[in-house]
Amino acid sequence: MSGLLQRRLLFVSGKGGVGKTTVAAALGLLAASRGKRALVCETDPRGGLSNAYDCGPTAFQPLEVSPRLFAMSMDTEASLREYLKLNLRVPMVGRIGPLARAFDFVATAAPGVREVLTVGKLCWEVREGHFDIVVVDASASGHIIGQLAAPIGINELVRVGAIRNQTDWMLEILDDPAQTGVCLVATPEETPVNEAVELVGRLKEETGVHLAAVIANRVLPELFSGGDQATFDALCSTGGIRRLSEAIGRGEHPILTEVLEAARLAVQVRRSGAEHLARLREGVPADVPLIHLPYLFGRSNGPRAIRQVADFLGEELGE
Amino acid sequence: MSPARPRGSAPERSGGAVEHLVAAKEVIVTCGPGGVGKTTVAAALAAEAARRSPGRVLVLTVDPARRLADSFGMHGLGNEARRVPPEAFAATGSPARGELWAAMLDTAASWDALVRQHAPDEATARKILVNPLYRNITGRFARSHEYIAMERLHQLRAEGRYDLLVVDTPPSTDALDFLDAPERMAEFFSSTLLRWLVAPGRSRLVNMASRPFSQVADRILGMQFLEDIAEFFLLFQQMHAGFTKRAQAVSALLREPSTTFIVVTSLEPGPVAESMRLAGELARRHLSLGLLVANKTLPSGLDDPGAAALAEELAANASSLGEAVAGSSRRPAALSDPERVARVIGAVGHSFTNFRKVAQREHEMLEQLAGEHQVVATVPNIARDVVDLAALLEVGRHLFDPDQAGRQPPARGRRS
Repeated sequence: MSGLLQRRLLFVSGKGGVGKTTVAAALGLLAASRGKRALVCETDPRGGLSNAYDCGPTAFQPLEVSPRLFAMSMDTEASLREYLKLNLRVPMVGRIGPLARAFDFVATAAPGVREVLTVGKLCWEVREGHFDIVVVDASASGHIIGQLAAPIGINELVRVGAIRNQTDWMLEILDDPAQTGVCLVATPEETPVNEAVELVGRLKEETGVHLAAVIANRVLPELFSGGDQATFDALCSTGGIRRLSEAIGRGEHPILTEVLEAARLAVQVRRSGAEHLARLREGVPADVPLIHLPYLFGRSNGPRAIRQVADFLGEELGE
Repeated sequence: MSPARPRGSAPERSGGAVEHLVAAKEVIVTCGPGGVGKTTVAAALAAEAARRSPGRVLVLTVDPARRLADSFGMHGLGNEARRVPPEAFAATGSPARGELWAAMLDTAASWDALVRQHAPDEATARKILVNPLYRNITGRFARSHEYIAMERLHQLRAEGRYDLLVVDTPPSTDALDFLDAPERMAEFFSSTLLRWLVAPGRSRLVNMASRPFSQVADRILGMQFLEDIAEFFLLFQQMHAGFTKRAQAVSALLREPSTTFIVVTSLEPGPVAESMRLAGELARRHLSLGLLVANKTLPSGLDDPGAAALAEELAANASSLGEAVAGSSRRPAALSDPERVARVIGAVGHSFTNFRKVAQREHEMLEQLAGEHQVVATVPNIARDVVDLAALLEVGRHLFDPDQAGRQPPARGRRS
């Protein structure tokens, strides 16, 4: 499967609520279990990574949560401080308070500065080789383009200065399909699929970053294949229910209807999901792998679920 | 309002609660974590409100599902409010007594309108609108969308054309952003730093070259860029008074007694934690939480111990049951093959047991929500996409009148 984990920098994005954090956490875990030194970074400091790894709050300083697996959260101010320390040898590091406030202001006003500090830190970790792979639990679809396109935007807006110089090497890493890719996550529902398909187009038009894979998350299993569906429908008819009731042997069975109804709901939800999956497949270039992750009936978050998802991903990815 | 218990009694109460909200409030803001169906709940609430009683209801959404907008015959919905054709209601078999209007938030157009309104003169407005930084800043300024949503709400309210405004909030990392947006915006434009940066004009920037800020800023961003920013803000500064006043008015509107908030969530642990935090923040800011909606829940029948036992029996005895069912008659053909019937019975049993696990977790979550908040409504998963008015009204009926809606399962725990 075209070496998803061979890449150095993976951005995981998709509509809110589709399981970005779960997928990012599982990708990191899988990479680490295959001997790689992996860093998983969440861009929202209140994101779900600490819950996924059960590791306590994440911070800018990477935390080793299990052998070779590190977790951190992005903090643009800390990123700026680190940048100043490393690149400009600014003397007032540590006593940066008022300066940081000033930059907070400039970063708010100046388009892309905050985004560049985020993406810059990630690219820097890749360039310095501190980790074999950096997985980013990136922002929801609306903002990821802004983030990935920021270096281009800065290049256009800022004509001189240190940031301008930095964006050149960042773009080299970001635009290299062998190093960097985006993983889009969608659940088999209307708007998550719409957003994913839209993002496929915008990635291509507005950024140089390549689409590495699309992940269909929470895919329900098929309950009845082929002719079994007709049998189920017959069982749900008045006659079918009567015969099944008699077979169970306790006379009238009002709760039997409840059990059959639950199965019917499962079939309906899956059926509508299948249509959305088809749309997703259609909207994704044929050479981009579409990976299915099953719906987890057991716990859907926490380390156990992440391990399960990592195992599924491992099987799908092969390698 | 009296405290609600989980599903056992919540449905009746939530039904009354929604009716009460719609009657008593003029502005309803839906908010919540991403991906839980905020937009659907907002649209369903508005549609059902318009169907039930005379009056003019407007739903302002940020990003409606295109198929939903199309199904209203409202392709290309924009900033201008448009009425959902009464025929669309009639076609669902339940004509509306009121009027349903819809508008979509167009952030760029709204910003432009705001600039035109607050700029001292046409020339300044034009200068701002063509400034290369302007679009970038309005498009990417943190909370820019949130601010403009609240701003539009204020405008619509001031126009006074609607009896009820239902506003859907933009999806954002932090669902609370929109609450702070007006104040942040006012703060931003009255910042001492901004004044220091732009007044008395560009020369100041050069004068402060010896200051550490300028030094570092120059090395990172380049002085040219900083001057571009300064020039832009110099223009923007002229609108400061108008903006600040407006932001304060928007802020006040959210606090009016006729405004209420609906927090929408799914019953997964992450979203539930996020919505409880959100509800807490609303309370801390003295904003009214009218209702907490648990959206797309599984049928409560899955929680029924009797049904669970039966499902296990089906799975365990699938082959003997298959034979008994198939053996009793050759017809219909679909029930004549014992193996096939057994396979289906087994799958039905297993599926129930699987979904029951999920339903039990949902139940736990719902108890958590109901334990802390007074009014909780549940909207069951209606097992199809909510992309037409009929489906929207079905969701709406669950909100208003859970007991009479088609698929709402019997109250939980009635057998326990």
